[in-house]
Amino acid sequence: MQLYLPIAEVSVNAFLILGLGGIVGFMSGMFGVGGGFLITPLLFFIGVPPAVAVATGANQVVASSVSGVLAQLRRKGVDFQMGGVLLAGGIAGSAIGVWLFNWMKALGQVDLFVQLSYVLFLGLIGAMMLQESLRTLLRSRQTNAPIRRSHVHSWVHGLPFKMKFRASGLYISVIPPLIVGALVGVLAAIMGVGGGFIMVPAMIYLLGMPTKVVIGTSLFQIIFVTAFTTVMHAVTSQTVDMLLALLLILGGVIGAQIGTRVGMRLKAEQLRILLSLLVLSVSIRIALDLLMKPDELYSVAGGVLP
Amino acid sequence: MIRAPVLVVALLLALAPQLVLADEMIVSGLSQNRVSITADFDGSEILIYGAVKRDAPAPGDSPLEVIITVEGPASPVMVRRKDRVAGIWVNNAAVRIDSAPSFYAVATTGPLNHILSDTDNLRFGITIERVIRAVGIAAEADDAGEFILALLRVRTDEDRFRILEGRVELTEDTLFRTDVVLPANLTEGEYKVRLFLLRDQKVVAHQERVIGVRKVGLERFVFKLAHERPLVYGLLSLVLAALAGWGASAAFRLFRA
Repeated sequence: MQLYLPIAEVSVNAFLILGLGGIVGFMSGMFGVGGGFLITPLLFFIGVPPAVAVATGANQVVASSVSGVLAQLRRKGVDFQMGGVLLAGGIAGSAIGVWLFNWMKALGQVDLFVQLSYVLFLGLIGAMMLQESLRTLLRSRQTNAPIRRSHVHSWVHGLPFKMKFRASGLYISVIPPLIVGALVGVLAAIMGVGGGFIMVPAMIYLLGMPTKVVIGTSLFQIIFVTAFTTVMHAVTSQTVDMLLALLLILGGVIGAQIGTRVGMRLKAEQLRILLSLLVLSVSIRIALDLLMKPDELYSVAGGVLP
Repeated sequence: MIRAPVLVVALLLALAPQLVLADEMIVSGLSQNRVSITADFDGSEILIYGAVKRDAPAPGDSPLEVIITVEGPASPVMVRRKDRVAGIWVNNAAVRIDSAPSFYAVATTGPLNHILSDTDNLRFGITIERVIRAVGIAAEADDAGEFILALLRVRTDEDRFRILEGRVELTEDTLFRTDVVLPANLTEGEYKVRLFLLRDQKVVAHQERVIGVRKVGLERFVFKLAHERPLVYGLLSLVLAALAGWGASAAFRLFRA
């Protein structure tokens, strides 16, 4: 069934979009990430203009995060205090990101900018995650492995403006969470992602938060950052396609339910290795596009869309 | 009662030059003069047909040819070229073209370079190269011509520019018809249909008609809301997303219970 998207101004196969949403929902249900880093490149791939893909991707992440937070809320997995601090940073970061995005669009470099961000961040996070989870997997096989402490004190704990985070059981400075939040906000705006893939490791390794509150808190703040990003894109460039978002969400919802079930059957380390491989392969795929000579060197921008 | 015939003769004399020019006229019709872009819009086929009206027998010296063009709303475009910079391919040089149609189709009865002279092509702006307006682009890049060629190539690949040589059917030098397929990725606006009759590579008659292409229903509503009330639209998108997220969670709980 062909469907004409009113904002993207392309005709797409509705089942294809539902399927894409489903695949991404499956991933996000399995790994507990928003899946924005997958949806946006996939949308590029089927011919949705990059600006529309990024803005609509952000809108889709809102839906999947709301669904995720509600589930986490019931098992008390959300630290609202930490979420609030991350959010304050996130909103500032998002505003900067949207501004950067529009500036790059005016320069005609938005594609490159988005692609480079993907290669850099996905490559970095993917490699780190793979290395870490492989190490854990190897260590768990050794019988006399040293016991790892839940969190170690580092330079992060020496910073001023300390605050108590009850749900996380932490007493740390607000500066690191603010910076992490801001960084994720920038990424959300320019990549159309929630930033869970960067937020989750940052919370565990940088802030030393307990794993049980990490996903819920990350999702909680992602809702607001992506919501803010969506509205900013809608207002500044009119690139949010409601119809496209609804189809993606519908597919995503179904996929997420299946993904969660599959995810429950796998071990945490196995899941993390799979996720890191997925993140790495997306990064490599986009890097290849940049490195190889394109078939058509010229591109045309005109009409209503950049 | 001698005045009336005199008046008629005077009138005929006054009209004579025009009559000589337009002794063949176009009578035309379109299968539809409005295209509605609905949610399930998947392109549209327009039948353009017509007849040649003559007051005198057809001049037999050279064959009659027909050219029909369909032109979508024009806009300025930026053509960018990727170059290898520091190992990666980035947009480097750019040329701004003042005006290029979003869609352009030329249907003819025969090869364009046989049936149309360069002067008349220039005068009436018939082939796509003559429709694109690019003044002073030579100053913007060394090889500005390449950018125009690239625009033609990219839009042809996207099915936006088409040359349909020999696709106008002409019967008995009088009746003609052609089908033009409008693609699914259509831009809103007025689509100009031009019909030309040619003899001896010269345009002997022409006519212009308009097809209105508009988004309707849901498409119109969403598009208008997004552009006229962006804040409301953005917030509405959020509400829909949040509701969908909540609905999914609630449905899942029910499903498990």
